[in-house]
Amino acid sequence: MKQHLRPAIFLFVGLSMLTGLVYPLLVSAIGQTAFPQQAGGSLITSDGGIVGSRLIGQHFSSPGYFWSRPSATAPYPNNAAASSGSNLGPLNPALSDAVQQRVAALQTSPASPSAVPVDLVTSSASGLDPDISPAAAYFQVARIAQARHLTADQLNALVTAHIEGRQFGVLGEPRVNVLALNLALDAQQPQHHGSE
Amino acid sequence: MNANALLQVAIYLAALMLLTKPMGLYLHRAMEGRLPVLGKLLGPLERLLYRISGVNPQQEMGWKSYTVALLLFNGIGVLAVFFLQRLQGSLPLNPAGMGEISLDSAFNTAVSFVTNTNWQGYAGESTMSYLTQMLALAVQNFLSAATGIAVVIALIRGFARHSVATIGNFWVDMTRSTLYVLLPLSVLLAVLLMGQGVIQNFSPYQQVNTLESITYSQPALDAQGQPKLDSDGNPAQETITSHTQTLAMGPVASQEAIKMLGTNGGGFFNANSAHPFENPTPFSNFLQMLAIFLIPAGLCYAFGLMVGDRRQGWAIWTAMALLFVAMTTVSLWAEQDGNPILTTLGVDQSSSPLQSGGNMEGKETRFGITASALFATITTAASCGAVNAMHDSLTPLGGLVPLWLMQLGEVVFGGVGSGLYTMLIYAVIAVFVAGLMIGRTPEYLGKKIEIFEMKMSAVILLVTPILVLLGTAIAVMLPAGLAGIANPGAHGFSEILYALSSAANNNGSAFAGLSANTPFYNLLLAVAMAVGRFGIIIPILAIAGALAAKKRITPGLGTLPTHGPLFIALLIGTVVLVGALTYVPALALGPVIEHLQMVAGH
Repeated sequence: MKQHLRPAIFLFVGLSMLTGLVYPLLVSAIGQTAFPQQAGGSLITSDGGIVGSRLIGQHFSSPGYFWSRPSATAPYPNNAAASSGSNLGPLNPALSDAVQQRVAALQTSPASPSAVPVDLVTSSASGLDPDISPAAAYFQVARIAQARHLTADQLNALVTAHIEGRQFGVLGEPRVNVLALNLALDAQQPQHHGSE
Repeated sequence: MNANALLQVAIYLAALMLLTKPMGLYLHRAMEGRLPVLGKLLGPLERLLYRISGVNPQQEMGWKSYTVALLLFNGIGVLAVFFLQRLQGSLPLNPAGMGEISLDSAFNTAVSFVTNTNWQGYAGESTMSYLTQMLALAVQNFLSAATGIAVVIALIRGFARHSVATIGNFWVDMTRSTLYVLLPLSVLLAVLLMGQGVIQNFSPYQQVNTLESITYSQPALDAQGQPKLDSDGNPAQETITSHTQTLAMGPVASQEAIKMLGTNGGGFFNANSAHPFENPTPFSNFLQMLAIFLIPAGLCYAFGLMVGDRRQGWAIWTAMALLFVAMTTVSLWAEQDGNPILTTLGVDQSSSPLQSGGNMEGKETRFGITASALFATITTAASCGAVNAMHDSLTPLGGLVPLWLMQLGEVVFGGVGSGLYTMLIYAVIAVFVAGLMIGRTPEYLGKKIEIFEMKMSAVILLVTPILVLLGTAIAVMLPAGLAGIANPGAHGFSEILYALSSAANNNGSAFAGLSANTPFYNLLLAVAMAVGRFGIIIPILAIAGALAAKKRITPGLGTLPTHGPLFIALLIGTVVLVGALTYVPALALGPVIEHLQMVAGH
């Protein structure tokens, strides 16, 4: 025991310095040099101010914007300082109640005949999902067309232009970045302020 | 299952198979300290570390001395992590002003990270300072993984050597696995992850102006931070309209890399690898999944090299891969099949080119069903415990797969070091069972398996089931245990069973609805993690010592070959049988009942 005490303490301190300070600082130095934009959080600036991160979903509720997926973060949705899923089990009545309400909210004006894409009525794992499925984006076109007085064709074209395919054609799933899509929507029709 | 799902799984397996040999060769050389380029570069640092700590790298240890060194080193780790959390309020690199952690939570987290479990009762972005994340938690990500590598290398030496009293030098094994294996791989992976968008900075949390404002209500607090009461004496609510979003920041990429490579799994953020800043793209997700199995798979090959017969390593690898494919299939099918209750509510869960469909509650759009189900299987096959989807919201069978994989002892590639050393014990038991059937003294890799080894193996097999089943029984009998349950019915039982299975097998993933940051769970789970880790390592090292001391016997006609299909089938059968016999009754009360209820439409 005693002969092990010095190696244990000194090696612990030495390896801690190496892995706990030198290593993260080295990675930071590489990040600041090679990938400053990504290492800083992929922030999007518009009119000189930061309007969000490309990677972090925002909450949208007015009819004239594409809505993000439901978020279970507290005390408000899409709280990027407290990521969290809902942790509701598949048979929990709270889940079916919540889904029922979301379906109702999406099928109001104008009533949509088709079933609602599942990602649009289920909360994401992080509560910060920046994306929705292409199906979920197309599903919302009718509502936005009415709110913004645009044609469905214009909006469908906008959605199609914003679809990100599977990475390298294989990995993950096709998706649409909601913040980027809404920024493009505002750029196309700047007079709209997102509340009616 | 659609064609793309099969393709994603196939690419993953192919990449893993291709990397197994180079990784194994690398590990073998690194642990012997004879790497050509890195050896020259980092060799002086290695020797400096030995000099300041007074280590003589030539001096080998017997198993008892090796064990004492290991326990002492890990004990210092617990103290360091504990006190860094308690003192973080007055230490630097704390831009968000995080205060000290409570006694029970700090103790739980210290044990959790030292035992390679990385169970997290806390939420990273609202609890830990940058310094704590780096100097307490990430350090243990390295050192607990290095400990696992040291133990498995010591066990393999027991098989490879004969008639000697020593199994290696713990300090040398720790230093080399950290310096030559974990550090360079982590730098490489961290850089790749940053390229995909994983953040790495020391900025304070970033305020951004959102496109739309948000209105919400929360309990009002007075100047002292106490809840305000309205005129009726009820807690008052205040309505807030906010035009900003606060983005949590931090040195994430460096921690993310070792979190996966070391099969640690403790997320920088609460949402772990589901958080877009930890895992922003399908490719970052692929890299993370590959990183989990990389070293465990490589160790199989290194094992073959060290015992002088590479087929032995590939036999173990194949048994693991077959189990993995079977479990992945179940998980993919269950999650893609979705939740029938949602279909009745007018929800479209079908898979199409425009959406992944399936059970998307608690999953991220960019990963969909395939990359989430695959991740859930990998993270629990290994002792990683990182999650890119919320396991609590998996379908009953989709949740049974990770639960059972942990209960099998995480031997399907498994944790760094721990996966292989536990699987080798299953191999010993498999040859013992085969020996009983044909009436011969069992032997494995030229070593007779005798009473002492079997006693120790029995201890290893019994430790975790006792912790899991007894722990679960205690928790469901006490109000303090039941208070943590979030979901009603059988699922609530599954939450507790999952927590104990995760802790005792040093996984760290959770059915996270369970409110486990309470003194009761913090203590119960800390005990499960500590005993589940060291209650296995100590008998493993005892077996290593006993094997090293044995003479080598030459295989005869009656020797069971341990590199062919027969042995692979026997090994798989042993793992599955032991796992099934131990856990089926408990599983029946949780996910099995829940599945039947779901099918029946309740």
